[in-house]
Order: sequence, then structure tokens, then C-alpha cells
Amino acid sequence: MSPGILNILIGVAMGLNLIALASSRLPSLIRAMSLQGVVLGMMPLFMGHESLDWRVAAVAVATMVGKGVIIPSLLRRAMRAANIEREIEPFLGYVPSMMVGAGGTIAAVALARALPLLPEHAETLLVPGAIASILTGFILLIGRVKAISQVCGYLILENGIYLFGLLLIHSTPLLVESGILLDVTVGVFVIGIIVDRIQRAFDSLDTRKLTTLRE
Amino acid sequence: MTLILEFGLRLTVWLLLAPLLPGIINKVKAWVAGRRGPPVLQLYYDLAKLWRKGVVLSTLASPGFIVGPAAAWVALFGAAMLMPLGPAGSALAFKGDVLLLVYLLALARFCTAWAAMETGSAFEGMGAAREVSFAVLAEAAVIAAVLSLSVQTGSVSLITMLSPSAGAGAVLLAAGLFTVLLAENCRVPFDDPNTHLELTMIHEVMVLDHSGPPLAAILHGASMKLLLYAVLLVQAVLPMGELSPLGAAGALAAGVLVVTVGIGTVESFLARLAFRRVPLLLTTAFLLCLFALLVAWKGSAA
Repeated sequence: MSPGILNILIGVAMGLNLIALASSRLPSLIRAMSLQGVVLGMMPLFMGHESLDWRVAAVAVATMVGKGVIIPSLLRRAMRAANIEREIEPFLGYVPSMMVGAGGTIAAVALARALPLLPEHAETLLVPGAIASILTGFILLIGRVKAISQVCGYLILENGIYLFGLLLIHSTPLLVESGILLDVTVGVFVIGIIVDRIQRAFDSLDTRKLTTLRE
Repeated sequence: MTLILEFGLRLTVWLLLAPLLPGIINKVKAWVAGRRGPPVLQLYYDLAKLWRKGVVLSTLASPGFIVGPAAAWVALFGAAMLMPLGPAGSALAFKGDVLLLVYLLALARFCTAWAAMETGSAFEGMGAAREVSFAVLAEAAVIAAVLSLSVQTGSVSLITMLSPSAGAGAVLLAAGLFTVLLAENCRVPFDDPNTHLELTMIHEVMVLDHSGPPLAAILHGASMKLLLYAVLLVQAVLPMGELSPLGAAGALAAGVLVVTVGIGTVESFLARLAFRRVPLLLTTAFLLCLFALLVAWKGSAA
């Protein structure tokens, strides 16, 4: 267990949360999201107690490839098909959403001390990092208008849940981990198709327009 | 005798070396662009020229038009005297001097903005408004940085705060302070020191009506402020107290040079930000310093 490297990686993931909140262009949002996936994928490698378990290594590699390569490329394809480059008018501006995200991160770090954690987990930033990522995901889901930004918010939310899952990495079966990863990939794949459909049906990816019924 | 010598040396560093920094920045920019560029000592020539010239005074301007730049220069000079210089310490040190430093910098800004509005030109008022509205965010970042150093060392005097390294949050603090340095000294992502287009200027707008010795005071004060921020940044990040006196002096000089070349490089490779993006970058700087504070706080509590 090396909490030093682990904490630095989680710190990087927290920083990427804020970059995701501040980026107005979709490519940079997708890049921040996928980089966070890669950083999270690396984490199990630094959590091994003595020797590296091959199952842990498999989870790490699968996560890095899935979140760092496959999902972003699916999203980029959807973005190209829908022909949009940037979020024009978010519900929540970039500076306010960044402030809320930073406030949430600080609150998560402060509150995690009050939680009854196992002594081996109290040293690391795993729980605050997870709470911060989940909060960031929620802010992106609520505060953005375009469907692809909301998908990125959903993926960052999933990253946070994955961080929580890392607490139990040695007792979670490989099957569960790979099942979750597969679900997320298929989900993004389906969303990529849906985004294309929304674009064709409504001539826009603004999710506010989806509330109006049309023939 | 040694006291006088030491004080003289300190004056030399702050008064004579400060105008060197903009020269180095311009040289780096010229080198990256493949030009020969102005000589490194250009600002000295400019200051000497301005000092010999007369002042053009508007009939509307009150004495504040002259007093403002002078007071700003004195405030910046006082701030420089508070800033420790590696092994030499500061000319004046007491408990809580960091608060005085922050307020002196604010006073200098107030005086420049005040003098800018003296002529009654709407144009300069616009520049002053821009300067102070960005300063709100930049000062928040500086205060967060100072707080993180203070939490880290458990002290409120500059000498003890700046002697150890900033610890785990050093990278965050360095990035935050560098961004603030660029904003406070009107460097490129925030302001372009070269332009004279009214829509893009901040600092240049404010000093447009000044001429002669007051303008020289403003220019020299700006270069001192640049040196001040560079020295603050280097000392906050490097563990000054653990080096030998000579090593610390060398590290400080090398660090300031690296920061200066860094500014020149940033200016060569970045374009000015759109005005509505500036608050976002300054908020980022504030958050970087805030997270450095968080790291310092968490480190001291653990």
C-alpha cells in the first residue's frame, strides 16, 4: 500500500474534475473525462498489498483501455456525427460551476474525516475523491444543456462510484468489475446512437427541447 | 557601517535590478520570434529619457494626478523592503508584516487607478475599472496563497513563512502564484503590454495620460512589482532556509531568472484571452491556491 502515489493520483483526478467543469469545448471535456478514467484505471496497480494480483492488473488494463480509448472515441464519433463543437449556453456558468465543484471537493475532504472508515482507508483520499467526482458528475448533469456534456457528467459520476469500489477491490469478483465496465461502454455506445437520432429529429442536442412533444 | 552597506545593496537590487526583468522578457519574446529585439537595458534608457522630460498636465487634473503615481511607487517600494531576499532577510521584519505587504500592494493599485481617473477621460476610467475588477479575483488568490503558507509554517511573518518549501502543495501554489503574477503584472493571457488598441488594454489605458517623471515612476514601480512577485513565487516554492547563504542567493537569482524566462515563453506561445474568459482563469488561480491551502491544512492536521 502506498498512500503517497495513490493520493497524488486522486488529487490529479480531483483537478480533472475542475477542468471538466471549466471547459466550454466538448473535446476538452471529453479529454478531461477520459484522462480521469486512465488515472483511475492506474490506481489498482498501486493498491496491491505485496504482490500484484493478475486479476487486479486485468481490471486496471481493462479500465484504462475502456475509459481512456474506447468510450472517448465513441463520444468523439457521436460529436462529429452531431456536428457540434462546444456548449454555448450552460444552465450554470463555468465560473459558478467551478466554484461549486471546488466547494464540494473541499467539503468532501473535510467531511470524510467524520465518516467511520476502516483505519487502512482513513489515510487515503479515496472517499473524498469519490464524493467529489460524484458531485462533479451531478453538476455536469444538471448544469449543462447539450446531451454529450451530460453523458460526460454521467461518466464522471461513474468514475466516482468506481473510486468507491476501489475500497473493496480485493473482495470484488472480476466478473462484477468487468460487468460494470461493459455496461458503461455499451451505455455510451447506445447514447452515441441516440445522440445522432436526437440531432436528426430535433436539429439540436439541446435537451430542453426534448420536453416538448412532437408528432 | 555594514548596516549601511547592506541597505545600499538592497536598494541596488530593488531599484536598479528591477527594470532588467521586462528587458529579459522582451529579449526572450524576440528570440522566440526570431527577431533581434530591443536591448535588455531598454527600460533603463526609457526611464532616463522620461525623467528628463516635462509633464503635460491637464487643466482638469487635481494634484492627485502627480501624487497618485508617486504614492504608488512609494507603496511598492515599501512592499519591496518588507520582502525578504533569501539569506539577506528583509529590511524591515515584524510579526504580521505579510498583511502589510498585501495592503501596500492594494494601496499601490488604488493610487494608480485614482491617478488614472484624474483627467476625467472615460477611456482611462474604463481601464481603471478593468484593473480593479480583475484585482478582486487576483487578490483573493494571493490571500489564499499567503494563508496556505501561513498554515504550513504556523507563522504570520514573511521571513519564517518563506524559508521552508511549500511542501506537498508546492506545485499547486507555484501554478496559482504564477497565474496571479501574470494577471497582476499585466502580462499576456490577461493583458498585452504591447498593444495600444483600446479594446484590449488594461494597464496601458490607465497610464495613457501620464508623461515625464510620473510615467517613469509608474513604469519603474511596475517593474519592481514584477520582481516582487517573482521573488515571492520563488521563495514560496524553494526551501530557502535549508540552503547555505550563498546557495540560497544563487537559487533565488536562478529562480527569478527562470520565472522571467517563463513569462517570456508564455507570452510568446499564448494569445490574449477574451475578456469574458479572464475571470475563469483567475478563478482557476484562486482555486489552485485554495487547494494548496487545503493540502497544507490537511498536512498539518495529519
